[in-house]
This record gives sequence, C-alpha cells and structure tokens, in this order.
Amino acid sequence: MGEEFNSTQPIYHQLVQRVCRQIVGGVLRAGEKLPSVRDFAVRNSVNPNTVQRAYAELERLAVVESRRGLGTFVTEDAARLDELREQLKDNQITAFVLDMKEMGFSSEEIMEGVEEHLAEDK
Amino acid sequence: MLKINEAIKEDLALATDIVRFDHVTKRYPGKVALRDATFTLPRGKVIGLIGPNGSGKSTVLKLMAGLLRASGGTVAINGKPATRRIGGEVAYLSELDALYSSFTIEETIRLHQGLYEDFNQEKAHEMLAFMQLNPGDRVKNLSKGNRGRLKIVLALSRRAALILMDEPLSGLDPIVRESIIKGMISFIDLETQTVIMTTHEVAEIEPVLDLVVAIRDGQVLKVEEIDNIRGELNMSLVEWMKQTLA
Repeated sequence: MGEEFNSTQPIYHQLVQRVCRQIVGGVLRAGEKLPSVRDFAVRNSVNPNTVQRAYAELERLAVVESRRGLGTFVTEDAARLDELREQLKDNQITAFVLDMKEMGFSSEEIMEGVEEHLAEDK
Repeated sequence: MLKINEAIKEDLALATDIVRFDHVTKRYPGKVALRDATFTLPRGKVIGLIGPNGSGKSTVLKLMAGLLRASGGTVAINGKPATRRIGGEVAYLSELDALYSSFTIEETIRLHQGLYEDFNQEKAHEMLAFMQLNPGDRVKNLSKGNRGRLKIVLALSRRAALILMDEPLSGLDPIVRESIIKGMISFIDLETQTVIMTTHEVAEIEPVLDLVVAIRDGQVLKVEEIDNIRGELNMSLVEWMKQTLA
C-alpha cells in the first residue's frame, strides 16, 4: 500500500501536495514524465478518477503539463518551479508559526528554537 | 417550451445516470427491507453502499441486479427497467460462493465465457496473472482468499456497464484485500463502467470510492461525494458514517 492519507483533506488534494513535494525535493525533475493515471492509481491504491482530478489540479497550477497522447510532464518552466519551491516553504513556515503562536511561543523563542535546532543538526 | 426543456433534461439524465431508483419499496413478509427510496447514481464512478448489518444494502444491490423485484416504485439501470433480463448490462458478484468446486479455474473462466457474451477472456487471463492465480488449480483446493480473488476476476472480466459487488472484501485477510483493491483499480474501465459495492471495510476502501450511499433501517439517508465529506465537512468517511448512521 502507498502512504496513508490524513482523514480531513480530500485525497486528490493530498496527491497534489505529494507530487509538489516530490518536484521540489528533486524526486521528480523538470520535464520528467509522471506515471500514467492508472499506474499512479494502482501504486497509491486510489481511484483513477481521483488521480485524474489531482493531475488536472496540478495542470491548473502550471506545475505539470499534459501533452496530447504522450502523458503528463513536470513543467520545464524554471521560474514556475522556483515559485513552487517558495510557495511550499511559505506554506510550511506559516503552518509551523501558527501552531507555535497558538501554544503561546513568542517570535524570539521560535527564532531561537529554530536556530538551536539547525545548529544541532549540523 | 417547458416540455422540451424537460425532455432534454431527461435525456441528459439518461446519459449520466446509470442507476435510478424512483420511490422504491421492497417488502418481505413481516418486514420492510427498503422504504420509498428515490435517488440516482452517476456513471463512471466507484460507489460504496454503506450501513450496518441488515440495513438493506444487499437488498438495494439485488434490486439493481434484477434479482429482486420491487414491491413498489421503479428501478432503472442504464435507462432500462431492472428485471431478470438486465443481466446483460450488469455483472453481479454475490457475497456467497457461486463457483463449481470441482472445476479448475480455467474451466470456470470458460464457463463464464459461455454464460456471458461480454466476457473478455483475455482480460480474465491478465487478471489471473496479476492476482497470481494458477489456471490449473481446482476451485475446491483454493484458499478463501484465492476464491475471493477469482470472484473479482470473473466480475471484472465482463464489459458490463454496471458491476455490482456484495461485500467483496468481507472475511479476507489484509493482504488479500489489498491485492483485490489493486486488482480492481488496475482493471476497471471507468470510461465505460460503473462499480457499486457494499462494504464494511470503510476505512480501507475509502481511497477507492468516488461516492457513498448511506443506508440505515431500510432508508437511503444520503448520497455524498467523498471529496465533499473531506473537503467541506472536514471528516473522514468513518467519522461521517458514525454521524450519519448514528
């Protein structure tokens, strides 16, 4: 079975996020072909209609493009890919900061914590 | 003018709806199994019928298959009344074992080839290989899991517009359920086919479903898209079921 899905977001949405992460993480490269809808569906044990919807959404986001008769490919538009990278970073940081603020951490504490964590990681 | 619009609407509905229940009631002696059910189901989807034991799920499925006659109201499949003759449009996989135990898998495939004009023998063999079933094995020597796999092969090898499955995963271990789910995804043709199944294994089957029909005490409570349940109601199917069927 593929990765599990969280229980509140639509599955197609989670598939969109997975593909975006794979692109930003370099697992899928610019211009690389995505699996066919059927293969992607089987690999992740999801409905082909759901994959279709995820691919349509990715195309709307200009992250992938479908070429008639050939399949779906990661965009080669470097500016768009840079933008996607920034978007994912922003999303992740926004969610993290929101969580921390909800728990009452100040901006200074968050900064300090992140810096310490990164220093330890090295 | 109004009449013409109505007629166009009807045609459109026919083009999109594979199943249409119009005030359908099913009575058994001393029991109402289904009460005044009115709903339609779209084509090209994988649809789950969910509800507690004895809620009327199997009755709904059998009405669609033309195996039961409604006591009141009408059931239409693919625009045609669901009678015994609907068998050409509908592939029905029963919860019970309906295989000849002395036959080999290959003989069982050939039997179905003879029974159904739309049976695709090539697809059946592809599916057997996918499910790692050996055509020479006798049905009586198959494990429960492999009998479950064989039944799915038989149902999905037909080019029927509607495929009905009664509890296809019930009583099978997780590995078999997973392989059946993968087999289904690999071999259903949603451009021309619709799948409707009753199931208890809701959490596991959720990623495969487009739509759910919730049934309780012989009443069809709701028809809902999975994406709506998650996206708008912010619930998983299991949570939604608890709330809807409570």
